[in-house]
Amino acid sequence: MAEIKLRTPLTDKDVEKLKIGDKVLLTGVIYTGRDAAHKRLYDLILAGKELPIDIRGQVIYYVGPAPAKPGKPIGSAGPTTSYRMDAFAPKLMELGLKGMIGKGNRGTEVVEAMKKYKAIYFGATGGAGALLARSIKKAETIAWEDLGPEAIQRMEVEDFPVVVINDTKGNDLYVEGAKKYRKA
Amino acid sequence: MREVQAAEITKTVRDLFIDANCNLGEDVLAAFDRGIATDESPVAKEVLRELKENARIARDEQSPICQDTGLAVLFVEIGQDVHVVGGELKAAINEGVKKGYGEGYLRKSACHPFTRANTKDNTPAVIHFDIVPGDKVRILAVPKGGGAENMSRVDMLSPSAGLEGIKDFIVKRIEASGSNPCPPTVVGVGIGGTFERSALLAKKALTRKIGERNADPELAKVEVEVLERINKLGIGPMGYGGNTTSLDVFFEVEPCHIASLPVAVNVQCHATRHKEAVI
Repeated sequence: MAEIKLRTPLTDKDVEKLKIGDKVLLTGVIYTGRDAAHKRLYDLILAGKELPIDIRGQVIYYVGPAPAKPGKPIGSAGPTTSYRMDAFAPKLMELGLKGMIGKGNRGTEVVEAMKKYKAIYFGATGGAGALLARSIKKAETIAWEDLGPEAIQRMEVEDFPVVVINDTKGNDLYVEGAKKYRKA
Repeated sequence: MREVQAAEITKTVRDLFIDANCNLGEDVLAAFDRGIATDESPVAKEVLRELKENARIARDEQSPICQDTGLAVLFVEIGQDVHVVGGELKAAINEGVKKGYGEGYLRKSACHPFTRANTKDNTPAVIHFDIVPGDKVRILAVPKGGGAENMSRVDMLSPSAGLEGIKDFIVKRIEASGSNPCPPTVVGVGIGGTFERSALLAKKALTRKIGERNADPELAKVEVEVLERINKLGIGPMGYGGNTTSLDVFFEVEPCHIASLPVAVNVQCHATRHKEAVI
């Protein structure tokens, strides 16, 4: 499988050329955000207030990392299950979010929003937190320290390995993959 | 009565959670190897190789296999001739969890269900006590991640559903879980008892080693049959497609009420972690 190298932030052009199953190596800045941080982002949007990050072109990584050991930028940091962010994701895409990294199936409304607003859902290998942490070179909390592992962190990543699960055309790697190998 | 120091229990619990979270069992690694050898999907093989590499890094660095180092679940068997001295047993166990998650740089995932405020030290632990003959304390630490736990279900089937109904319930549950619980999974099945007993049996089933068949030869056959059915679903490692959707299926069965057929499916991700110690 060919590997595509992409640098964040992402443009419409970057994401439109991607198709399901593509292996992508991401380099640049990404932001962490999971359940509690999404709820707060969403509440700010509804209240018409400014977000702690400029979401345009950005990639959000659904992760709550383990604490860093001394001398390390981060602890183990693999993806969490994404459907829990489904209620909030379309709104963020409407505001310019271009990529989400997680694992597990997305709802129809999220897949539709990816088509409409041109965004990509990337999968990282769940449970490979020690391996994935090696591609994270720097991490700092930029919002909501009180959330502990759920705080928003700004991460600098180098060749962070992901796979395209949902592209901008409405395709789904999970559906196609299972179809290919199903025997019953 | 044999005296056991609370401090020794604390130290044991601390060490067990660090060990379980950083050192994946040889049985799981061997199951990855079997998947690498037999899965028809090249992507599946690649994912399984990544998981092996991840386990190697975690072991070398003594960092957690997965950032979700779980809620701290424990099975604690207390010999009836044991007297715990120097502190309260439950407090000693929770202190061990606090120390393990703090000193081991493990993630603290326990939070208030409504406010979602993190308890910051991963307590309280979920402790299942049992009183057994003898003068030993057996502690089994089973850190349980949230992603796979969320895919678990209990159902009170009608007795007329029978064993076939149970098999269908399990396979449908794994199919509906899809890529969410980080396949390849391990499937714990608890059948019988009451509503809560079936769930506990399913959890306990997950503490077996991959390949460890039920002592009852008929149930052993059913475990293998259900595993084969699951692996025909095509979900594969990470849900990218393949024949390695689950690594094993374990049944624990007990008698139930004449009106009931409780069945619980407890889904476990590939980071299937459990370590035990006897004091």
